[in-house]
Amino acid sequence: MYQESVERSPHALGDVFLHDVYGIPGGDKIKECIQCGTCSASCPTSYAMDYTPREMIAAFRAGMLDKVLKSNTIWLCSSCYSCTVRCPSGIKLTDIMYELKRLAIEFGLTPKGAKAPVVAKLFVDIVNEKGRVAEVPLVSRFMLKTNPLGAFKMIPRAAKMYKRGRMPMTSHKIKGIAELEKCAGAMTEPMISGLHPGSAKEERS
Amino acid sequence: MNKAYDKSTQVVCKALDIDLAELNDWNCCGASAYMSIHEMKAHLLSARNLVLAEKEKKDLVVVCPACLTTLTKTNHYLAEESRFKRTIETSLKAANLQYRGSVKVRHLLEVIVNEVGEQEVKARIKRKLSGLKVAPYYGCQLTRPFGEIDDKEFPVILDRLLTWIGAEPVDFPLKTKCCGGLLMMTNEDVALGLNRNILDCAKQKEAECIVTICPLCHMNIETYQGDVNKMFGTDFKIPALYFTQLMGLAFGFSRKELGIDDEMISSRPLLEKHLEVIG
Repeated sequence: MYQESVERSPHALGDVFLHDVYGIPGGDKIKECIQCGTCSASCPTSYAMDYTPREMIAAFRAGMLDKVLKSNTIWLCSSCYSCTVRCPSGIKLTDIMYELKRLAIEFGLTPKGAKAPVVAKLFVDIVNEKGRVAEVPLVSRFMLKTNPLGAFKMIPRAAKMYKRGRMPMTSHKIKGIAELEKCAGAMTEPMISGLHPGSAKEERS
Repeated sequence: MNKAYDKSTQVVCKALDIDLAELNDWNCCGASAYMSIHEMKAHLLSARNLVLAEKEKKDLVVVCPACLTTLTKTNHYLAEESRFKRTIETSLKAANLQYRGSVKVRHLLEVIVNEVGEQEVKARIKRKLSGLKVAPYYGCQLTRPFGEIDDKEFPVILDRLLTWIGAEPVDFPLKTKCCGGLLMMTNEDVALGLNRNILDCAKQKEAECIVTICPLCHMNIETYQGDVNKMFGTDFKIPALYFTQLMGLAFGFSRKELGIDDEMISSRPLLEKHLEVIG
């Protein structure tokens, strides 16, 4: 039912978003956006975005959050925090970007061919499995998933870096991995993203 | 971690009598990737590291600004946000872990400048880096979003340290502009453009090398310089060194001890020009 309502109306998706953003410490500042555009002007990658950060908030207010989630915008955020430190209303835009990334993945709305969600998921898989991440396992799994042929292009650089001791080959597995799993399993927060009823994940399980 | 950064950090700290001990069984901080999937579990990763450091009654010193920001964020929320604290505490309890909030999270650069200080650093100088023009590159997350170490956009802490060891930091307006971070893997065109801007600025300011304090910035600026040149028809050939490598040189360590020949763009001609004796 929840899923249906989200599909039927982007407003419902907006409600989920707002609920989560209010849950982020200082997240309620989002309502104070004055559409000045300082965020967009400060963003090093906004020139390549479908919606700039300012437009992203405007689109959310206009009930078009689904369009933002499907766009390339959130996946071009590199977490440089320039927008966050310059926003005259104190809006934590970088943290909002994280929330949007989580929602896009959770509700299966990531743009086709976007590589950033693939990296994020692989990164999390390796951390969950080992507790640490080394470059080679991450990059090789990533290349296999996104561009198997492109992997060949990377061989010369990889070889040079390996020779220079700059390519750790395996992720070390920490002893505390069971401890981390136990803690994660005991997490009680009812509505943190990744756990919304009706989300893509929920449906699969 | 990058071997060169690791090696040079170890020898410089030893020379400065900073007692570094690797945190036993530490886990990844999750960086920006984990936060993009699950908010509270990402904080849990940081929380476990804080717990481990507290057990050893130590502060956490990191050399990666992303670790700094991630760990600091969790530490702040644990101190200031009761609902957040409850969630993390409950989940830590499941493994009999507890955090009282005593750990400070610091970047090594800040420890050296604020704790060790000018006199101690200068007292260990054995070689002159005189006249070496360097672009001090801070990247994003050393000072953003918290700004506890220095100004969020125009910090000078690294500039000061470089002056102490005899180098000449150039005025570098792009010192905190983003290198793209992980975008180099996912949106290479955009990331290469950001690095072109940084390299171009360094060149215009006549910097002979770029000094970094972050392994990912170092990777993007150094390893991908050839790709920048290919894409934009430029001819950048600017070596990039970690701040710890430059310090180590000034302290008299050899290139090998500092992992200096590990770069793709050799700094040898440059260092031979400026240092009296080379390794």
